[in-house]
Amino acid sequence: MALLSNTTVLLGKELRTEFRSRELLTTTTVFVLIVMVLFSFSFDPTSEESRRFGAGLLWLAFLFAASLMLQSCFLREQTSDTLSALRLSVSDPFAIFLAKLAANTLFLLLTELLLLPVFAVMYNVAVLPALHWLVLVFFLGSLGVSIAGTALSAISAQARMRELLLPLLLLPLLTPILVASTEVTAALFDRSPYVQWKGVGFLAVFDLAFLTILWLLGEYLVEE
Amino acid sequence: MTPTVFSPTGIRFENIDKRYGGLYALRRVSLEISAGECVVFAGRNGSGKTTLLRIAACLVRPSSGRVSFLDSGKERDGTLPRAGFVAHATMVYDELTAEENLLLFARLQGIAEPAARAEALLREVGLLERRSSLVRTFSRGMRQRVAIARALLNQPAVVLLDEPTTGLDPQGAHWFAETLRHLRDSGRTIVMSLHGESEVSTLATRAIQLDAGAVVADTRTGANFRSVLAFANA
Repeated sequence: MALLSNTTVLLGKELRTEFRSRELLTTTTVFVLIVMVLFSFSFDPTSEESRRFGAGLLWLAFLFAASLMLQSCFLREQTSDTLSALRLSVSDPFAIFLAKLAANTLFLLLTELLLLPVFAVMYNVAVLPALHWLVLVFFLGSLGVSIAGTALSAISAQARMRELLLPLLLLPLLTPILVASTEVTAALFDRSPYVQWKGVGFLAVFDLAFLTILWLLGEYLVEE
Repeated sequence: MTPTVFSPTGIRFENIDKRYGGLYALRRVSLEISAGECVVFAGRNGSGKTTLLRIAACLVRPSSGRVSFLDSGKERDGTLPRAGFVAHATMVYDELTAEENLLLFARLQGIAEPAARAEALLREVGLLERRSSLVRTFSRGMRQRVAIARALLNQPAVVLLDEPTTGLDPQGAHWFAETLRHLRDSGRTIVMSLHGESEVSTLATRAIQLDAGAVVADTRTGANFRSVLAFANA
């Protein structure tokens, strides 16, 4: 009960500070947009090529954007040592992670949903027929990225080369998510969209496994 | 200061070592701080004052040794009950207002009627009129007042202060000394590290000098007591 209550309070804080500054959402959205435009200039793909390669391109852009977004996740708590204040206040440090990963998932999902129509227009891919499934894949993929990314952000925030360390650790770790999300999304971009349940199942298991690891090890990740 | 019921709590450090790689921040520190004492840690930069305070706050785990808390005569390991901690950094969010910061930490700590408690503390630290201002617009001294208010939210039995008057102007330092006096007189345990303050150090009932991570003086009265305090004020 205390875990839920602390998580809710902290999530409120995360949303309030972000919607007040709009730092993460703005930079991430602009970054993904730039990547999409650059890719379209480089490849000038046909509609068929877009359906085949668009999903991979989209998820690569999301992953790069996530590594940008997650960088500041725990770094912000170091500026005024607020992480210590949180540790002294919460009954379970897992609440700190839960709130941060929920906020990151929400921000990432919001960015993805904002940019999906832009992607559809630029790459001439029909997204409406399978929109609800796309939302599910985006959610599962973003959740996985956020869980792993939030944990690694806590580790890298205490390291010396913190700005370089997070992408170096995060991107290889997220390769399974990238592959699974891309495959499921590509199937949904098909002329006859279908749900690749194997990939969806893999994403759900990945999320659950990493969430369990975070629950078990979270306390040690925020220790000095 | 708001009167409250709390359980007098002491702290026992037993053979505490803290190493960062090959560097010893603390060496074999053994101390027992009784409930209600007002202890000043003195020492040069890097002597281990901050590390010892952070270990007492359970923010840092010692490399070896044991910390326990004496709550109403009963010893217990683990989390220090109801500790208020003021560190070098303010430990409050610049992007939130003074009131939002206090409400956030009050809710996390499960304090009953958080809004009333936050308002009372803002009044005590003299920031009630600036309650809706973002902390980032505050001066260093005002931020420190918010930090002190945050530390006192849960009416702690133990107050741990790491150079708490940093950034406070003379009036602020005087106000803080008075606040501490009330806390001490109400029987709370106060442990602080000081550097360059005098008014606050006059409240001390015990002075402990650290050097290179070890306790080199531990005194309650007499010339030695005054000399350790003078070291803190240097």
